Amino acid sequence: MDAPALQLRGASKRFGAVQALEGVDLDVRSGEVVALVGDNGAGKSTLIKGIAGVQPFDEGEISIAGAVARIMTPQQAAAYGIATVYQDLALCDNLDVVANLFLGHEPLKLRRLDETSMEKQAHTLLAELSVRIPSVRTKVASLSGGQRQSVAIARSLIGQPKVVLLDEPTAALGVAQTAQVLQLVSRLREQGLAVILISHNLADVFAVSDRIEVLRLGRNGGAFRTSEARNEDVVAAITGATQERFGQALAEAQAEHAGGGE
Amino acid sequence: MSTTMEKDPRLTETDRSFGGYVTSAGRRIASGDLGSLPVIVGLVVTWIIFTLLNDRFLSALNITNLMLQIAATGTIAVGVTFVLLLGEIDLSVGSVSGVTSAILAVLITRSGWGNGPAVVAAVVVGVLIGLIHGTLFTKARMPAFVVTLAGLIGWQGLQLYVLGQGGSINIPDGPVTALTDQFLVPAYGWGLAAICVLGFGAVQFTRRTARSRAGLPTGDVTLLILQIVGLAVVLGVTVLVLNADRGVPMVILVYLVIIVVCAFLLRRTSFGRHLFAVGGNIEAARRAGIRVDAVRIAAFTISSALAAVGGILAASRLTAVTQSSGGGDVLLYAIAAAVIGGTSLFGGRGSVWSALLGMIVIGSITNGLDLLSVSSAVRFMVIGLVLVVAVLLDSLSRRGQPQRR
Ligand SMILES: Nc1ncnc2c1ncn2[C@@H]1O[C@H](COP(=O)(O)OP(=O)(O)OP(=O)(O)O)[C@@H](O)[C@H]1O
Ligand SMILES: [Mg+2]
Repeated sequence: MDAPALQLRGASKRFGAVQALEGVDLDVRSGEVVALVGDNGAGKSTLIKGIAGVQPFDEGEISIAGAVARIMTPQQAAAYGIATVYQDLALCDNLDVVANLFLGHEPLKLRRLDETSMEKQAHTLLAELSVRIPSVRTKVASLSGGQRQSVAIARSLIGQPKVVLLDEPTAALGVAQTAQVLQLVSRLREQGLAVILISHNLADVFAVSDRIEVLRLGRNGGAFRTSEARNEDVVAAITGATQERFGQALAEAQAEHAGGGE
Repeated sequence: MSTTMEKDPRLTETDRSFGGYVTSAGRRIASGDLGSLPVIVGLVVTWIIFTLLNDRFLSALNITNLMLQIAATGTIAVGVTFVLLLGEIDLSVGSVSGVTSAILAVLITRSGWGNGPAVVAAVVVGVLIGLIHGTLFTKARMPAFVVTLAGLIGWQGLQLYVLGQGGSINIPDGPVTALTDQFLVPAYGWGLAAICVLGFGAVQFTRRTARSRAGLPTGDVTLLILQIVGLAVVLGVTVLVLNADRGVPMVILVYLVIIVVCAFLLRRTSFGRHLFAVGGNIEAARRAGIRVDAVRIAAFTISSALAAVGGILAASRLTAVTQSSGGGDVLLYAIAAAVIGGTSLFGGRGSVWSALLGMIVIGSITNGLDLLSVSSAVRFMVIGLVLVVAVLLDSLSRRGQPQRR
């Protein structure tokens, strides 16, 4: 079996007194969707930012396609074909949609910005994702939360990435757009990309992932094949419930879910 | 999969015809998005008032003087705009223009350098100063305010040191002084205007063709033609007036080239795009892989380099460099010009054209009040008031608009 597209060994990250990650291992193969789940503050976003070079790990080894990779900056991550949708989106409100989509990777023509090709690609990409926005020349500041999220997702697909990291990409999306994003995730898998998807919505996780990795208090808290996993087991791993308290934890989680929380 | 986006039925601005443009422009203005309109209206009002008070204000001689007066500080304002777009400030530009012009003067008069090499040396010093400011700001993480405040004081000190005993050096006649006292012959003035109009038209039409070939919507051609005609009228009238006096001054040519190059840099290159991104959301820019520090250092470098160019233009106009060169109101007017024109101090919004507009406003007020022999006490108060009104209009007009950070 060939090497995973992305392999993480012993990733640790400390913020002052908080040990956000402690010896986390993670593998994602090409053509595989790994769902990363865990409670709030479990360290999921920290893990993503470490891989993306935004907040490099204190310790740990990242390998890309079997070779050790040194990722200390977002540029280096991009050079390895890693694209990221951040939980806080990270868009420039003062720029329009097209400018945000291509930010940092603008196509040039005679050393000038190739606005025509950018705008054309933007139309195609957004149409594929069924994104509805007033115009691709609208400033991002005036978009709704979901529209902004759609733009952030669209942006990660520019420049043929090999590994896509999605940090709660559907959190603010409507029903149709969520379905589109899940479909897109499946499509990325078919195209042979490696995808890490963070979500608090277990239904989505079960619908789209191949494997589920649980992060609990900054450590690996369990791993499942999605096809063999039971909802209860995953919830138990997330909450860290023991066998006796298991039923109660499940009931709480379901009540929370029914109450409209993610 | 379709390749065009579905139109949002709630979208009002779908009409790309001329009429559609007019209605949508009307709607924008009604909703408070005023753009450059208040500045232009303010400028027209200013000119009417000064003309009524003194009929010499709009004379060919005085318009030429006005142009000669604004070129130096206007160039500095263009440079400051780059730093303002980052959401930072450069308080040192006045002193930098002073010290670089002092170096220019010393090189020409005491070291016997030619005008050309001396100009290059002065600009190189400006570049180096900008690199120092930018490096202290980004690498040493000092606030830009502090770095450039230290620069404001320190470079002025260096200027006094360079000028030495006399404290004032006259620039002998040569290419530097010729920038101010030489003018394009009338035919060249017309040629220049024609090149500008044709160039603008060619660029716009090429872009339009490229867009329509790519299947993208293009604006109404009537609108484009109106824009070209508008530019032709403005430039034509300007050249006509200037030719009635001595012609288009060389400094204005320099100023114009600097503005066009900087506008190109900001709007059409990835550097400019990245500068706006850093000014808008620095963390997003960093995550997008933009080399944020390089962009910020470049902005400070451009600011200081253009301050040096402004210093040279000021030395040309005065035919001398003194201890007060680059002091007094130069810094204040440069920043005020950019801000009056509509550049935001919070970063991410503005343009060099608005710096030009703002500079014309300040220049007109200064010039008009001078004609009326009003004291500089009144002048400072009036310009202070204009600055407040301009920023007030801007912040009021922004109330109705989304503000997200
Ligand atoms: N920049 C930072 N400085 C200090 N502490 C941080 C920082 N970023 C994250 N942390 C801490 O690290 C821990 C993990 O945070 P992280 O954002 O990775 O959680 P998460 O799993 O993404 O949670 P959520 O589901 O709420 O998004 C938290 O305790 C958080 O307070
Ligand atoms: Mg998170």
